[in-house]
Amino acid sequence: MKEYSQEIRALTMRWVRRLSREKFSMLFTLVQPMLFWLIFFGNLFQRAADLQVTQSSSYISFLTAGVVVMTVLNNGLAGGVDLLFDKENGFLERLMSTPIHRTSVILSRFIFVTTITSLQVLVILAVAWLFGVHPVTGLAGVATILLIGMMFGVGLTAISMAMAFSVKSHGDFFSVLGFLSLPMIFLSSALVPLAAMPGWMGFLAQFNPMTWAIDAVRPLILQGWAEALPHVGMVIGVMVLFDALCLYGGARAFRRAIG
Amino acid sequence: MSRPVAIDVSHLGKTYDKVRAVEDLSFQVYTGEIFGLLGPNGAGKSTTLRILITLLNPTSGSARIFGLDSVKDADRVRQTIGYVPQERAIDRFLTGREHLELLADLYHLSADDAAKRIPQLLKLVELEQQADRPAKTYSGGMKRKLDIACGLLPDPKILFLDEPTLGLDVQSRLRIWDHVRAMRERGITVVMTTNYLDEADRLCDRIAIIDGGRIKALGAPNELKVGLGGDLVSLTVREHDRVEKLAAAIRDLPAIRAVATTTNGLDIRVDSPEKALPAILDAANRLTCQLEFIDYHRPRLDDVFIAHTGRSIKDDQPRAEDS
Repeated sequence: MKEYSQEIRALTMRWVRRLSREKFSMLFTLVQPMLFWLIFFGNLFQRAADLQVTQSSSYISFLTAGVVVMTVLNNGLAGGVDLLFDKENGFLERLMSTPIHRTSVILSRFIFVTTITSLQVLVILAVAWLFGVHPVTGLAGVATILLIGMMFGVGLTAISMAMAFSVKSHGDFFSVLGFLSLPMIFLSSALVPLAAMPGWMGFLAQFNPMTWAIDAVRPLILQGWAEALPHVGMVIGVMVLFDALCLYGGARAFRRAIG
Repeated sequence: MSRPVAIDVSHLGKTYDKVRAVEDLSFQVYTGEIFGLLGPNGAGKSTTLRILITLLNPTSGSARIFGLDSVKDADRVRQTIGYVPQERAIDRFLTGREHLELLADLYHLSADDAAKRIPQLLKLVELEQQADRPAKTYSGGMKRKLDIACGLLPDPKILFLDEPTLGLDVQSRLRIWDHVRAMRERGITVVMTTNYLDEADRLCDRIAIIDGGRIKALGAPNELKVGLGGDLVSLTVREHDRVEKLAAAIRDLPAIRAVATTTNGLDIRVDSPEKALPAILDAANRLTCQLEFIDYHRPRLDDVFIAHTGRSIKDDQPRAEDS
């Protein structure tokens, strides 16, 4: 157990070090979702969006839940990228030739991605606060939002790592990533409520786990516990299932790749 | 007397998606020697190496490292070996020291041990000056030295090197060779893959020539060369009509193994050039047969490789990747 924690601490620190050496990349990772989506998109559509439809006092306050979950989505789906590079340049092989527990590398990645994503979610909520979005459920609500984000993030990171271990080249990886990310966002309740979507899009969006997450986060910000709790209960159930599926698939891909 | 065995490979086979990468490989590596796996790209060297370092499971046969099975006792095998992958298995953003610190934790060294060993290793591979610079600023030779320091960090009994000098300039190659020899001095068994003949010849105590997933020849480079059947003397004769007579005379001389006629002379395999050369010259004189040119060379590893695989290793240009 002592050895296990020594390995995981060292491997997690490596990810932190890498991020801190890539200052520009860090800055953009942190700033991009709030700049592009929350500040630009939120303010841009302030008057174009019908507040009767979004059922909120401003479009930004409606959008905040969407941006939070989008951030979880993008970070999760990109969570395997560093392992992909490690696989391609042989560093992963070096790590795996040491007497570490076979799961340590992956676990360190989960810890790292989850921590970074949570920090980012807090920053987004703070920026939204400046634009007058004050979560009505308070700090307990923010904690619940983080929990939902983590649960969704674990499954997504597992998908991303499974892809990293399975793809032949990193070109494939980024093609799939690019193809997945935007449709997931458009086919969810991130930008528009389900009821206001064209029928077929709304239909598809119901099956998107992202929609479930957003539908739980949004009432935590806008409405209050009474409206949020049923959704929160539901999303936790859905995420347990989603994570179990993703982790199972990820473990299989990992075992195939590492043997 | 048999020497202590470090690695025992027995009927090893590995098949990927119906392609046989390695087939029925058997060999032993003795403790304290430098053992080379020599072959062109795609011959199965890297597959064999990956099985030995527990990163691949064989589909048949077994590999034992100090008696430990590479599959069943993988974790204990990993504690006794060090591995130096092919170039660039380096994290560009970490410094040299941070690489070693990371690995120290992965080998579960105590903080004290790590603090003692890391400066020693940096000194050994002459990277003290650059230890705190990110690895992306390193030259190819420096990266290789860092690789080797990483491989030595666990204080392994066996060190595995995958193409240790691929793509390096001449000077860096010679330095790496020195490091590898120094490891042998320290009692470490070294197993390396290479597709450079001169490297196998000058650095390795014994080599296995692998081609098409099979071992074609196994032994000390010198043994293999001698095994080809003596040194080679080539004569170019001025009067072509006397070649046959000369051949007949030489055949009966001592220390001669075989004589073959060529387009303008003779190829003679000799056991000892000290005895054979004067006798050959004497015979030529006696028959008043004028020699235009004499070439004498010991068999080179090229000759061994061609004799066992039917082709030259250079037919296949070295590339950065090898499967």
